[in-house]
Amino acid sequence: MKKLLIALMTLVPSLVFAAGPTVPLDEAEVDLHDKASLQRGAQLYMNYCLGCHQLQYHRYNRTFEDLGIPQELGEENLQFTGQKAGDRITNNMSTEAASNWFGTAAPDLTNVARVRGADWIYTYLRSFYTDDSRPFGVNNAVFPNVGMPHVLQELQGVPEKTYEERMIDGKMKDVYVGIKTDGSGRLSESEYDQAALDLTSFLVYMGEPMLLEQRRIGWFVFGFLLIFTLLAWFLKKEFWKDLK
Amino acid sequence: MSNAPVDKGRRRFLTVATSVVGGAGAVGVAVPFIASWNPSAKAKNAGAPVEVNIRKAEPGQLIRVKWRGKPVWVVRRTPEMLDGLSKIEDNLRDPNSEEPQQPPYAQNKYRSIKEEFFVAVGICTHLGCSPSYLPSGMGEHVEGVESGFFCPCHGSKFDIAGRVFESVPAPLNLVVPPHYFVDENTILVGEDKGQA
Amino acid sequence: MFKRFVEWMDARIPMTKTWNIHLAQYPAPKNFNMWYVFGFLATIVLINQILTGVWLTMNYVPSAEGAFASVEYIMRDVEYGWLLRYMHSTGASAFFVVVYLHMFRGMMYGSYQKPRELIWLFGMFIFLVLMAEAFMGYLLPWGQMSYWGAQVIISLFGAIPVIGDDLTLWIRGDYVISGATLNRFFALHVIALPLVLVILVFLHIVALHEVGSNNPDGVDTKKPKGTVPDEEKPKFKFHERFTSKKDIVDSIPFFPYYIIKDMFGFGVFLFVFCYVIFFNPEMGGFFLEPPNFEPANPLKTPEYIAPVWYFTPFYAILRAVPDKLFGVILMFAAIVFLALLPWIDRGKVRSIRFRSVLHKLNLTVFAISFIVLGYLGTQPATPVATIFAQIFTFLYFAFFGLLWFYSKREKTKPVPERVTSK
Repeated sequence: MKKLLIALMTLVPSLVFAAGPTVPLDEAEVDLHDKASLQRGAQLYMNYCLGCHQLQYHRYNRTFEDLGIPQELGEENLQFTGQKAGDRITNNMSTEAASNWFGTAAPDLTNVARVRGADWIYTYLRSFYTDDSRPFGVNNAVFPNVGMPHVLQELQGVPEKTYEERMIDGKMKDVYVGIKTDGSGRLSESEYDQAALDLTSFLVYMGEPMLLEQRRIGWFVFGFLLIFTLLAWFLKKEFWKDLK
Repeated sequence: MSNAPVDKGRRRFLTVATSVVGGAGAVGVAVPFIASWNPSAKAKNAGAPVEVNIRKAEPGQLIRVKWRGKPVWVVRRTPEMLDGLSKIEDNLRDPNSEEPQQPPYAQNKYRSIKEEFFVAVGICTHLGCSPSYLPSGMGEHVEGVESGFFCPCHGSKFDIAGRVFESVPAPLNLVVPPHYFVDENTILVGEDKGQA
Repeated sequence: MFKRFVEWMDARIPMTKTWNIHLAQYPAPKNFNMWYVFGFLATIVLINQILTGVWLTMNYVPSAEGAFASVEYIMRDVEYGWLLRYMHSTGASAFFVVVYLHMFRGMMYGSYQKPRELIWLFGMFIFLVLMAEAFMGYLLPWGQMSYWGAQVIISLFGAIPVIGDDLTLWIRGDYVISGATLNRFFALHVIALPLVLVILVFLHIVALHEVGSNNPDGVDTKKPKGTVPDEEKPKFKFHERFTSKKDIVDSIPFFPYYIIKDMFGFGVFLFVFCYVIFFNPEMGGFFLEPPNFEPANPLKTPEYIAPVWYFTPFYAILRAVPDKLFGVILMFAAIVFLALLPWIDRGKVRSIRFRSVLHKLNLTVFAISFIVLGYLGTQPATPVATIFAQIFTFLYFAFFGLLWFYSKREKTKPVPERVTSK
């Protein structure tokens, strides 16, 4: 029995990784309390992403409120599609047009952080690289053959896959070490990482807009439960004295 | 089984304390269930204030807009209509608009901010039908009155300031919703001025 | 005032009498351990599911076009809608947690044995209906997992010879899973099955209160009338319905003693329950699966489909068999054998405390098999994993075979006359 269990334990990692992604993901240090980061993320999203990717289950005014953006400021600076503040965040691109341009409709991203996880988005945004064989001239290390252009290229610059020669098993091999840009972007490398993190944080908020309130209520409920359970315990002990 | 005396006070205290805390918990659990019946974000946004453009309104014309799912009228009244208002006050239930059917800034003779523009919720105060606007021909229903509103459901009658006549089923004047003039040509229905 | 109200009621409906028979003067063995809290917890979770379910129905739209968006509407636009939904989704998993533990309790202490066979059977029906209820409920959010999970499970019926294909078509009401399927699942999930479930729970409890609870020692606490001297009888007053035919020993009234004890257990349970609701509603993808946050897309299967965790032990059995029909049969057999436990176990001793080492080992292996199969069911079916699934499927069924053989002439320890607790 024990041997079987040990055999099973050794099985676990292989099984887990079988379903995992091919590229190791970088950790996105998302802080939903960092309103400035979320606001920058919202701005990036509205400027670079919303053209194709809707957030059709969420509303502008709720977003502004949760992110601490004054309504008028938000309406002026973050709403480009001529909608009302109470409307859901949509664009005017038809599914048909999108299918023609990209081969598939651009997915809605309201819940993308819940589907893919923050780390995946963060790494994805930083994993575009030049690949002339693709229709848009770029590919993505996390999402191979992705059907979208690198819309943040003007920020990041032109990214290239870089390799380093390393000694492996006695032979020199080119090893993929990551992505470097040519420096033509408006942002430096660390600034671009921060921008990717801002955007990721915004999408994490978008997936679970109630998260902070949920946690806050949760701690309150725990406090209550502590009192209730302790009282119930003492009450039980008191009544069960009858049986001693 | 021991025969040690039971500490009744302690037992009573613990019972009451646990019940009270448990009861508070039950109340807490009820909160989401009750709160979820409030208007949702969707309903609230659909009920947001409505802008009405009055630039093209002709004298005597009624513009109908939807606010919170209800018809709201904006009537551009003619000078004749306004003159007629003071003549019929003996015939009205509440000629001075003492009942709180309008915001304070519309509690005047014309029941409006500007004399010319009358804004009202087009729902009869009797049983919720929407009365017809009669810019002329109200004389058919009330002698000597040229214009007003007539409810086809149960025959309630209102003058051109939405004031209800005597001896009709409707008990109160028509409701004037909160509104204000954003500029010369625009009225915002659903919000008082300065309220954001 | 209160007294007069009670008198008024009692003259018209057996209020006080019911209270006494089933709570205040209901004799429960005094040696229940923590394993006995799960029945109470299952009732609580059932109430939670019904209440939150009714409230979710108020905003849910049962149509292929509107379902997914209406769930997001509940999560975002309805005040505290997210809390109601998480209570419901967490409740579904919690239901299976407490029910599995409740069933294992029954297996450990022989609660299925004579004279409690019918209680066990009602319980198994509850389990079956619960699985149907959970399966149909999982389609309603109309996410990718909802859709493809339903697709896979409905296809199981296609394995039945001759009628299989027509049957799956009939269940779906369309050539694929569609709005028609969603609507009928919705109707069954919110009305029909809960009704059946509540009736079965009622019968489960009626049957239990007729014969009385078992206990961790598996010893009868209802002795033949006249065999127990007065000084050994408990000092509590029990209803004459119980005392007229039997002499009750080692028992205490259910109210207040066990109600209070259950309250404490309830508090502990709520810590875990609320942790999931407020801090980890997806429970690492086991309670809410990530692909289900994408709307159903009949043209694109998610990379990897796994049922929700509570189905995975049976799913692993299904996959362990290379033949489709035989796999389906074996999966259902896994439940049928469980239901037949009162007749497979031919032993006279109930509690594991006094049974043979072989039985203890057998039950342990069974429990481990169930857990391992549950784990394997969540993982992709690699060749290695399939071999393990086959081994543990064998062990799962071996439990019943072995039990039938050794239970007839099992070497048991002497069973005490009375319960052994302090």
